[in-house]
Amino acid sequence: MQERIEMITLEGRTGSADGLSPEEAAEILAGLSQYPDNQAMSIEALKIVQHHRGWVSNESLKAVAAFLRLSPEEVEGVATFYNLVYRQRVGTHVVRVCDSVSCWIMGCEALVGELQNKLQLTLGETTADGRFTLLPGPCMGACDHAPVVMVGDDYHFDVKAEAIDALLKPYRQKPL
Amino acid sequence: MEKVLTRHIGQGMNPPRLVDYQQSGGYEGFRNALRMKPAEVVDLVKASNLRGRGGAGFPTGMKWSFVPPGEPGQVRYVIANADEMEPGTYKDRWLLEGDPHQFLEGMMIAAHAVQALTGYIFLRCEYTLAARRLQEAIEENTRANLLGKNILGSGFNFSLHLHSSAGRYICGEETALINSLEGRRAVPRAKPPFPQVSGLWGKPTVVNNVETFCNLPHILRHGPEWFIGLGLVKDAGTKIFGASGRVKTPGAWELPMGTPIREIFEKYAGGMQDGYRFRGFLPGGGSTDFLVEQHLDLPMEYDVIGKAGSRMGTGQLIVLDDRTCPVAMVLNLVRFFAQESCGWCTPCRDGLPHAGHILMEIEQGRGQARDLEKLEGFTRFLAPGNTYCALAPGAVEPLQSALKYFREDFERHIQQKGCPYRH
Ligand SMILES: Cc1cc2nc3c(=O)[nH]c(=O)nc-3n(C[C@H](O)[C@H](O)[C@H](O)COP(=O)(O)O)c2cc1C
Ligand code: SF4
Ligand code: FES
Repeated sequence: MQERIEMITLEGRTGSADGLSPEEAAEILAGLSQYPDNQAMSIEALKIVQHHRGWVSNESLKAVAAFLRLSPEEVEGVATFYNLVYRQRVGTHVVRVCDSVSCWIMGCEALVGELQNKLQLTLGETTADGRFTLLPGPCMGACDHAPVVMVGDDYHFDVKAEAIDALLKPYRQKPL
Repeated sequence: MEKVLTRHIGQGMNPPRLVDYQQSGGYEGFRNALRMKPAEVVDLVKASNLRGRGGAGFPTGMKWSFVPPGEPGQVRYVIANADEMEPGTYKDRWLLEGDPHQFLEGMMIAAHAVQALTGYIFLRCEYTLAARRLQEAIEENTRANLLGKNILGSGFNFSLHLHSSAGRYICGEETALINSLEGRRAVPRAKPPFPQVSGLWGKPTVVNNVETFCNLPHILRHGPEWFIGLGLVKDAGTKIFGASGRVKTPGAWELPMGTPIREIFEKYAGGMQDGYRFRGFLPGGGSTDFLVEQHLDLPMEYDVIGKAGSRMGTGQLIVLDDRTCPVAMVLNLVRFFAQESCGWCTPCRDGLPHAGHILMEIEQGRGQARDLEKLEGFTRFLAPGNTYCALAPGAVEPLQSALKYFREDFERHIQQKGCPYRH
């Protein structure tokens, strides 16, 4: 991941790709063509790095900042604002339970309880094997299928507490 | 009823590819627009009486007319607000996943009307299926010269980009959205200047909701009179209504503007689930005031719902049943807004957590008689005009109306020192 890459530029807008993988640098570069300046790419660049590494460490953040010729502080200011940029290590599968109003009416609290039992952790924690992190999440735009749980990018609709094992099973079986 | 926005959307239907979309009249509205002068498109949309579907119901044509006239080729932007995070709202996801071309066509019409060269779709991060379908549709259009340079030989240039967000409800507020798109923290900007004058990177910018854009192809194809005729009341067109909560068949349905609430609730949502009784509802998302039984026969019409003391908002009902504690429901909502506050202005940043704390105390049986006055104080303190953006005023709408319609529930919590709904 950390191999040295020469300066890659888009109309002279980007700096050294040190600390980024060739794929990451290429994806960020491709995204940059959508925007007139580098700052606009900062959030997407963090998401690209997170996609490859699972989360955004201080080193990753600095590498993104250097590549986009922004100060690390600027990028950190953005990174800490958006809740889907993970500045802590998270599990391979982030399980998010919607705790907003329609899902709450339809019993999301029972789901949180059941998930905590099955995963043997409390909200905000990651399993010892690094497979799952359990988080609450705001309305996921599927309230007609409340209660809703997301695992990574996958939506799970009309989730029943009894069905949590079945829901988790495919993610338990995926190689880490 | 004639389906307009959802004619390609339904169970077992796949989103139409470009060929199919064009075969059923797709991009005819856009072609009509290209044959017109931009100002004529603005006038036509004004005449159609289309009001923004993002929540505030602002007239779309009028919004566009605030873009100052400029030199040809001047940089301007059109942005689609596809951030959809209002609790209880899921209509935009449905429209984007179900018929991406209809939405793109709307954006392209708007771009021609305000002579924008570039457009951005600000999409909430979770909507990855919509993202894939939009990206495919954009590529199809680029290959077909419906996007890009000298579109269909008209001389009009327009390129469209998909921007996926990274969370935070406040990104839906249009000026916060613009900051977010620029790669900044999503705090709102002062208005004026309005985005139409100085928006994205300081350039004239129009921001509209996904559903607003979806109406445009039909208006340009069939004309304003036809569109006005779709509504049962003064408001024009159809609207994606919906209902969630303990109703029999939660969902979303395209119905004429002015459809009576009772029809949405009873006929489409199927009424309450067995064993649950109706108590009230938020008519248009988590930031709208409660309405109750006496309002069920009102039509879904902006001004009527406004006069009844609430807002039509996103038009998606959240139904409260008799076994759900109204105090806890309001607590859930206030917590959401407190968490999603951007923290820029003190009344909202400090006030919402404080109001949430009082609600929690009441809900857990530690409430005092004067807490209700304190809560009422918060609803005045966070009213429009006292905060930097509309998040905080929206946050206290369910609270202020719950204090009015469900006051006895608050009082019972305080008297019984606990929640009467918990067993
Ligand atoms: C806190 C807050 C959140 C908002 N979220 C959204 C949203 O998710 N989607 C949306 O279309 N409008 C949202 N709005 C309204 C937008 O600011 C803006 O009015 C709307 O996108 C304009 O589109 P329209 O004129 O087509 O309705 C929000 C407003 C506020 C104050
Ligand atoms: S009202 Fe709340 S969300 Fe809006 S600017 Fe103030 S702190 Fe931010
Ligand atoms: S409230 Fe859970 S998806 Fe909307």
